[in-house]
Amino acid sequence: MTQSVVIQVGQCGNQIGCCFWDLALREHAAVNQKAIYDEAISSFFRNVDTRVVGDGGSISKGKICSLKARAVLIDMEEGVVNEILQGPLRDVFDSKQLITDISGSGNNWAVGHKVFGSLYQEQILEKLRKSAEHCDCLQCFFIIHSMGGGTGSGLGTFLLKVLEDEFPEVYRFVASIYPSGEDDVITSPYNSMLAMKELNEHADCVLPIDNQSLFDIISKIDLMVNSGKLGTAIKPKSLVTSSAGAFKKRQEKPFDAMNNIVANLLLNLTSSARFEGSLNMDLNEISMNLVPFPQLHYLVSSLTPLYTLADVNIPSRRLDQMFSDAFSKDHQLIRADPKHSLYLACALMVRGNVQISDLRRNIERLKPALRFVSWNQEGWKTSLCSVPPVGHSHSLLALANNTCVKPTFIELRERFTRLYRKRAHLHHYLQIEGMEESCFTEALSSLSALIQEYNQLDATKSMPAEELPRLSVAV
Amino acid sequence: MSIVTVQLGQCGNQIGFEVFDALFSDSHCPQGLCSKRENEAYRASCKERFFSEEENGVPIARAVLVDMEPKVINQTLSKAAHSGRWKYGQHSCFCQKQGSGNNWAYGYSVHGPRHEESIMNLIQKEVEKCDSLNGFFIIMSMAGGTGSGLGAFVTQNLQDQYSNSLKMNQIIWPYGTGEVIVQNYNSILTLSHLYRSSDALLVHENDAVHKICAKLMNIKQISFRDINQVLAHQLGSVFQPTYSGEGSFHYRRNPLGDLMENLVPHPEFKMLGVRNIPQMSENSLAYSTFTWAGLLKHLRQMLISNAKMEEGIDWQVRPPLSGLPTRGKMSLNKESHFNTSIANLVILRGKDVHSAELGAFKDPALYTSWLEPVHAFSVWKTQRAFSKYEKSAALVSNSQFLVKPLDTIVGKAWNMFASKAYIHQYTKFGIEEEDFLDSFTLLEQVIASYCNLGF
Repeated sequence: MTQSVVIQVGQCGNQIGCCFWDLALREHAAVNQKAIYDEAISSFFRNVDTRVVGDGGSISKGKICSLKARAVLIDMEEGVVNEILQGPLRDVFDSKQLITDISGSGNNWAVGHKVFGSLYQEQILEKLRKSAEHCDCLQCFFIIHSMGGGTGSGLGTFLLKVLEDEFPEVYRFVASIYPSGEDDVITSPYNSMLAMKELNEHADCVLPIDNQSLFDIISKIDLMVNSGKLGTAIKPKSLVTSSAGAFKKRQEKPFDAMNNIVANLLLNLTSSARFEGSLNMDLNEISMNLVPFPQLHYLVSSLTPLYTLADVNIPSRRLDQMFSDAFSKDHQLIRADPKHSLYLACALMVRGNVQISDLRRNIERLKPALRFVSWNQEGWKTSLCSVPPVGHSHSLLALANNTCVKPTFIELRERFTRLYRKRAHLHHYLQIEGMEESCFTEALSSLSALIQEYNQLDATKSMPAEELPRLSVAV
Repeated sequence: MSIVTVQLGQCGNQIGFEVFDALFSDSHCPQGLCSKRENEAYRASCKERFFSEEENGVPIARAVLVDMEPKVINQTLSKAAHSGRWKYGQHSCFCQKQGSGNNWAYGYSVHGPRHEESIMNLIQKEVEKCDSLNGFFIIMSMAGGTGSGLGAFVTQNLQDQYSNSLKMNQIIWPYGTGEVIVQNYNSILTLSHLYRSSDALLVHENDAVHKICAKLMNIKQISFRDINQVLAHQLGSVFQPTYSGEGSFHYRRNPLGDLMENLVPHPEFKMLGVRNIPQMSENSLAYSTFTWAGLLKHLRQMLISNAKMEEGIDWQVRPPLSGLPTRGKMSLNKESHFNTSIANLVILRGKDVHSAELGAFKDPALYTSWLEPVHAFSVWKTQRAFSKYEKSAALVSNSQFLVKPLDTIVGKAWNMFASKAYIHQYTKFGIEEEDFLDSFTLLEQVIASYCNLGF
């Protein structure tokens, strides 16, 4: 069994990270009734005897003593991290695995990347090495950050290069929150563009997510739950509830519900690696199957069901609905419509009481409406994990390598160009040592090249599949 | 003589468990439809072949479990121990922490050499427990990374280290619509390598077994467990003890050798398929009776029309009339086509087995011209019934059964290869484009050879 380390960077990254650890604890508590420290839990947590001072406290087997998250928390202002350390999860985090500063990055990628990058490089390396040492077999780094700000965007992507150099064998998965149209940070197009170049070059796999989509999903859930259609006798459980049973009050903390969706995404992504099932899917299989060419590593994700009724015996019609929903544009975590674009590859990760025949039936049913690239007509990767998420009887995570991610990039390029043409706010960046106009133009051409790749693939959509001549052999 | 099984990867281990369970259950089944002494001899023979003895009497499967990550092996070991009837050896497993990532190159070029010594040592220990070794089963899938890549590596090692023993690979052919996106790449690399180092490839197709579960066994929500159990039943019906000859009352000591002698006369033709009849749910079994004539008629038609099961057989397909000009090369595009065989083996078990009449299988029209039917066809008859079926028949065939599936996989892999998609994942670990081309060349050769059997 392998371990993963989560690196949460910036305000957004840390808030999402906090939700993730809360949910992870609940998930393992629900499965692991006897409180034994097993391999599944060790994928994200260390077992530590807190009475021991210093580093000798790790326990590898037996009863759970005190769980410590395999996490590194990085933020250039103290507010969010302090709140986490004073909140209900304070004991889950190792106080030594933090890197904070006071002044913040001022929504400036250059400050995050160049200034804080060089300032904290040594410390970052030290914390990363420490967390790697605590792992028996480290497989993956998960980086959670936003693209639009300064710390998550700048320092978060600085990290990628460090990770690539220091741990070349370990996968780098990045959950990136892209700015929405109505983003109030004026310089977010610059930050996002500069961050994109780093993601292009140093990430193994990126899961783009945008706030608007998350918000729309929350609204949909609220609508269903409050519409009374579910009846009073049925207790609804949905993706946004972190506590099994209690429905969190909507205004408790901003973004909480949205962050829970991302947390669920990460948990479902790793579920088949942590828990048993009849068709396992490890994290290294994600990259292998879904990344046909190194640069095309952006995966559009969707989670279903968004809410489920307490009724456990789900008739197969509802099960099939779960599969249908995974392909609808309303369930994607970014603004994208995979059904009307071109699939390069698709992964379906199912949890719960679902068998291979259910999976096959639905693939056969949905296939005709989807367009796959000519060289990957049956490009499906599937996995079955027996353990469902907390509060659900089954769930589905769909990961698509699909050209529908292109509009997000094109829009980003447009917003960037509008600002850059006027050289608006550019001086804030150029005054940072190491920053030149070429950084911007290089980032722009990197993104343009990526968009061009997707364009070329889209152009093949309408062409009929070629019958390539096969090798002929003499008998 | 004993058979040592090597179970590789998730698929290999999950199936391996069901196979040993099926073999054990059948050998301990009281309804053998034969004398008590007969039953005991059967059980003893099965035991010698597949299990070794432990001090407290619980038989231990003659198996080595290999996987690159621990979850499946842990599950398999505990399932076996839980049953209390048989188990796996405590030290018969080899496990690592991180899987092969569905990457054939990783399984073959990284895990293989790295763990060669440990794995071969485990196998050696298991071999030493045998009084005499008949050969090896290697159970693996083609679609993933460990079963396929590491499986190919281990088979090669077995050929080097145990060159006098026979190796039969039980290969699981994946579903046509993906379980794994790179399954076609992994499959062609596996098949081309196995063709050079294995003695016979016994192929089990997921799609076919799935249909059997749906149509014949009437299972509503089919799980992998169901599929694996049907597969185990098919294997058991072939490899449970059989009498060594007509009129003999001793069980065959060299099943692998005899099978391969009959079915694999030429190294160019190693692909074997298995069919089993009847196949039904236990509930239906109580209400069904069969005649040998009926069963064999269906089995023969399944053979010549390449049906995967006894339902939906195309009765229009007929052998060509002898004396007419050669039927020509097999066309891969035609729907119904007559399946030409190189060699066939029919295994009959159950009541009145000696009255079964098999003349129809000896028809020269069924076979390619370069073997006489007397050499091309063999039958093994055993009184003792198998797994509660009063009468059951299995067919192991070296014929054009697998040409179409093979052609399909090669076509899809070639299509993907032309675009170079995913190739970087393989070159990263030392499998170059030339290796792919070599594999394509070898398999096109195999396809062409099988297609030309009609001449």
